[in-house]
Amino acid sequence: MSTVVPPLPYRVVDSRAETGDTRSIELVPAGEGLAPFSPGQFAMIYAFGVGDVPVSVSSLRGGHGGLVHTVRAVGAVSTALYRLRPGDTVGLSGPYGTGWDLGAAAGHDVLVIAGGIGLAPLRPVVHAVLDRRDAYGRLAVLAGARTPADLLYRDEIGSWRDAARAEVTVDRPGPGWRGAVGVVTTLLDHLDLRPGRTRALVCGPEVMMRHTARDLVARGLAPHHVQVSLERNMRCATGHCGHCQLGPLLLCRDGPVVGYDRVAHLLLVREL
Amino acid sequence: MTADADVNAARPPGPDGLVMGKDGLAALVDVLIRRGFTVVGPTARDGAIVLAELTSADELPYGWGVELEAGRYRLRERSDGAAFAHAAGPQSWKSFLHPSRVREWSADRVEGELVLTADRGTPPRYAFLGVRPCDLRAIAVQDRVLTGGAYRDPGYEGRRSGALLIVVECTEPGATCFCASMGTGPAAGPGHDLVMTEVADARGHRFWVRSGSREGAEILAELPTRPADAETRETARAGVTAAADRMGRSMPEADLRELMAGTLDAPRWDDVAGRCLTCGNCTMVCPTCFCTTTEDVTDLTGDHAERWRLWDSCFDLDFSNLHGGPVRASARSRYRQWMTHKLGTWYDQFGSSGCVGCGRCIVWCPVGIDITEEAAALHDWTRPERPDPEPS
Repeated sequence: MSTVVPPLPYRVVDSRAETGDTRSIELVPAGEGLAPFSPGQFAMIYAFGVGDVPVSVSSLRGGHGGLVHTVRAVGAVSTALYRLRPGDTVGLSGPYGTGWDLGAAAGHDVLVIAGGIGLAPLRPVVHAVLDRRDAYGRLAVLAGARTPADLLYRDEIGSWRDAARAEVTVDRPGPGWRGAVGVVTTLLDHLDLRPGRTRALVCGPEVMMRHTARDLVARGLAPHHVQVSLERNMRCATGHCGHCQLGPLLLCRDGPVVGYDRVAHLLLVREL
Repeated sequence: MTADADVNAARPPGPDGLVMGKDGLAALVDVLIRRGFTVVGPTARDGAIVLAELTSADELPYGWGVELEAGRYRLRERSDGAAFAHAAGPQSWKSFLHPSRVREWSADRVEGELVLTADRGTPPRYAFLGVRPCDLRAIAVQDRVLTGGAYRDPGYEGRRSGALLIVVECTEPGATCFCASMGTGPAAGPGHDLVMTEVADARGHRFWVRSGSREGAEILAELPTRPADAETRETARAGVTAAADRMGRSMPEADLRELMAGTLDAPRWDDVAGRCLTCGNCTMVCPTCFCTTTEDVTDLTGDHAERWRLWDSCFDLDFSNLHGGPVRASARSRYRQWMTHKLGTWYDQFGSSGCVGCGRCIVWCPVGIDITEEAAALHDWTRPERPDPEPS
């Protein structure tokens, strides 16, 4: 065969606003579907005539049984995806990349730390742990955002508190905000962390992941017990376009989820 | 078919191979065309040796050599009439196997439905005539990148799987060549269908030919050849051995992968950034550079869209663009990305060096940046004290 397989058509069955510039879209196959996704893996979502972007799956179980992706409108493609409404169709390919290593977290305390839209790729982790609550130790979710209006999944986070510790913090509080203020790592000060028993999963802006991972290691976590989900420009997701390099890694293939032990030294090199 | 050919068909060539003259080259192109191949080989055009579709061996660049230096490429007439006495030209075989512009699929909006259609084209069956050993390795390198992983590039695979590779060993290296120090030439490595060594001396213009595959042997059997005489074999071998000693450049004798990983903060990157125009020429002419981007186009109706894949360059600012801007904004970081990838992290990603020592990036750099010189400077930087130069 010498033809590139195009993406598969998926229909938008739900689109809900999460913040001012972010929506979650739920997709179901219009015909044949893709192989099942794991938490942390991503899809390339094609907006007709505009292009495609990599987006991590933000829920494996939408209200209509479809895949949910949470998209922030920052470029031409993501803006086109943001504008999708039920009935519209996109092209979807995947699943791509490594997922979160939940197997390694089984039997341990699970610490989920997210910054901004970084909570989206981690939400399926929370779902997976809540689904098999007995298989894990304590579950803590620490989420940071710029302002209260930028916090994702606020209602859902509330529902997690029955079975997990879930804390949020913002950089710039608005009127009426009575929660924590400051970067997400400040929430660690109030956590009864058991470093030897904890497996941490971190996603957010790269600078936030760098500080968070370093902080966790300083608090006694082994670097390979800290997983981070990294981001680079991606054009193909199949290891052929060369865009997603981070030193020796091709993040579409070797990532996006990698152990901090593999990338700590790379994240210290400017413009790598 | 000649009587000679019948004899050869009955007795396959042994390791000693066969010898043919210029008429053999002419017959080779004819046989390839008759077998349905699109024959691509070197020809002199527009002041350079370019790769183009050949309809006859007459189009080969008989009597043309090249003069190469950093930032400089000139054709030079030769008196011996040799067809392959030239080092790498501005193109490489990736122009055919991994073309600069490919349509991958189309999308149509039909009554509100999105219909995605694969681009079904049958690739031509290429015969590449005159592949240099460095470029043979470059093809193997791209094979690993584009078809050696979990995902295979089906377009590349389709073009590559049918391609016949006819290698001509290198006897005339250029001043910018360093294949010997990369271990990729001037003798041919594995993976060819036929390999030739050209000899043009007082005893005549001839080619020592050996087959590397069954198909190569079948084609060779159709050519006017004679058993290889010892004198031709020895002259051919001596020419290749001498070429190894006449390389104009060499890489420093160091573990280049370690050198790249250990010099990410070297001041030399600032130095080269002061010269580099970030034009991307080196990536376009490099026979292994494989990076691509995508382009989505729509027609005037707005109901038909196409996905195209185009060569891209890590020197382009957009290459590393993330929502906040480019990850690699400085020229320093972009040159460093290209060179450390080529010589270092390529091993991590694809299990080999990304450099085959063809020297194209040196020749076609408008300001003459020389990858071997940059590697040597980085190597010097890692050594606390330079050894005293040996007395000459």
